[in-house]
Amino acid sequence: MRRKSGFSFGLFYFLVVAFILFLPILLLVVFSFNDSTKLVFPLKGFTTQHYADLVGNREMVEAVRTSVLLGLGSSFLATALGTMGAIALSRFKFPGKGFFTAVSALPLVIPYVILGVSLLIMFNQVGIKLSAWTAGLAHVVISIPYALLIISSRLAGFPDNLEEAAMDLGATYWGALLRVTIPISFPALVAAFLICFTISFDEFAISSFLVGTQPTLPVYLYSQLRFPTRLPLVVSLSSILMVATMIIMLLAEWLRRLGDTTR
Amino acid sequence: MTELTVELRNVSKIYPARRSSGKDVVAVREVSLDIPSGEFFTLLGPSGCGKTTTLRLIAGFEQPTSGEVYLQGKAVSKIPTYKRPVNTVFQNYALFPHMTVAKNVGFGLTVKRVPKAERERRVMEALELVQLPDLANRKPSQLSGGQQQRVALARALVNRPTVLLLDEPLGALDLKLRKAMQLELKQLQERLGITFVYVTHDQEEALTMSDRIAVMNYGEALQVGDPMTLYEKPANSFVADFIGESNFVRGTVKQVDDDEAQIAIGRKVIAVRLEEERPSPNQNVLLTIRPEKLWLSEPDEQADGLPGVVEEVVYIGTSTRYIVALEAGDEIVVRLQNRPGTKMAGLGRGAPVKVSWRFEDARIIEADGRGEELVIG
Repeated sequence: MRRKSGFSFGLFYFLVVAFILFLPILLLVVFSFNDSTKLVFPLKGFTTQHYADLVGNREMVEAVRTSVLLGLGSSFLATALGTMGAIALSRFKFPGKGFFTAVSALPLVIPYVILGVSLLIMFNQVGIKLSAWTAGLAHVVISIPYALLIISSRLAGFPDNLEEAAMDLGATYWGALLRVTIPISFPALVAAFLICFTISFDEFAISSFLVGTQPTLPVYLYSQLRFPTRLPLVVSLSSILMVATMIIMLLAEWLRRLGDTTR
Repeated sequence: MTELTVELRNVSKIYPARRSSGKDVVAVREVSLDIPSGEFFTLLGPSGCGKTTTLRLIAGFEQPTSGEVYLQGKAVSKIPTYKRPVNTVFQNYALFPHMTVAKNVGFGLTVKRVPKAERERRVMEALELVQLPDLANRKPSQLSGGQQQRVALARALVNRPTVLLLDEPLGALDLKLRKAMQLELKQLQERLGITFVYVTHDQEEALTMSDRIAVMNYGEALQVGDPMTLYEKPANSFVADFIGESNFVRGTVKQVDDDEAQIAIGRKVIAVRLEEERPSPNQNVLLTIRPEKLWLSEPDEQADGLPGVVEEVVYIGTSTRYIVALEAGDEIVVRLQNRPGTKMAGLGRGAPVKVSWRFEDARIIEADGRGEELVIG
């Protein structure tokens, strides 16, 4: 009985997810190879022309470059800060620890639009010119909770007396971190980096407020939606973005699990 | 004559209360210990008694709230863990999961930048010492519990510490392996001549291995002595009860002479030898007698010995345990060897008996009258 109902729940879940998530994505990919500028059935024929057009688009290539650099920079910083925070939270007792944890996780629940507007106001007040840098800084803020959570769970997964053991054997605290804690957590660090990268790479709301004249890829994409003739370009670009993101996410998850099994 | 490797002088460790309303937790209370070099010294006590904290104070993972720890005569409270001539075998072994066995064992040498050739030689020596030279390239997760334990031992010993600290190292092993490792550890310690400070809650393990034992409870070192002294002359009811099995019989002092006291137990008055304790007349005291020092005989109103009734008979192979309800009120356990010709064999439940012991086998403890609450609590 239980097995049967469990099966039908699973099937129902799968159908819903497939219908509302994967079907539209599949459509997008299908249309990106359709030899037409309109996104309607019936399909006209197979073409890779839309993808070829992408490569020749200088603005778009520039946006990709901005997004990649911004993503790499913000993820690196978020992972570094997240690692420090995770070590502090999982290995030390200090006053205000609960408050610190809550503040670190806050960006998870604040709507990005609000965060974007408030950062915009702040940068204007302080007199910092908007650019990819200001957007990058915001991406660090929103990525930190993810890095913190991923790395914390890894640190909680092995006994903290490994660090004591290292110090007992003659390593300083920093030596113990470098030789024991960081190497054991390394898969989690890479996973955190990749997740942060996809967050930054896909982020639109905050970037739209803060990038100034250096659009990231999602911001550029959105700006192109105003021109009906550019629609195929948007569709093919979206397909590429999605596939790239999926690959990175799968890689991150694989790394995270790899880390868990090497106990 | 022998130099002291480890000294603790009035060491206390107090963890402040978590909340303002809570109480401070005293993990270690005014403990003083002298451990000469080459000794196998054991901290024995129930969980939460402060034995592990004491070990961590010696290792330097914790700082004493007051008092001082000396290693080879030097005060070490200001010296960090990594500079102390001390290595630890952890309860859960704490092997580095991302390193091979050889890398684990060589860790201390790598950190101290010992040249590669010497490092490799010493790692192999250490692995041979613990009889695991073939597993050098395995990862810890591929080893059995017993093998991990040996690797942890090799990893500590390879650094040639002055003192080796062991925190319940055999706790996770099954009984048979544990017994074998007890002997092996003891032999290793004698061969190497390193001071061992060993933490365990297992009194049998402590008695088997140790030169001297400190019995701890509630953060205090209640008694320090060699196994025989602790067993034969426990300083108080806790030690008497924790080391081996003990009977406690309540009585009242009637008369005190030079080296013996007359103690009234129920309607009997029994002579007990006096040692350091000097009870005063009419004081309530506890007598402690080991179950194997007692014997049973036919009830006899005239002779010494306490009358009672057999309540339970438990056959345990080499011996039989008789639980006897004394007429005076307390219960007493009598262990008789199952030898041919043992007279009382076949004594059943409900049989009236007399419990006797040799004059020198009963001891007065807790002469201050604190005994009752300690034992019965």
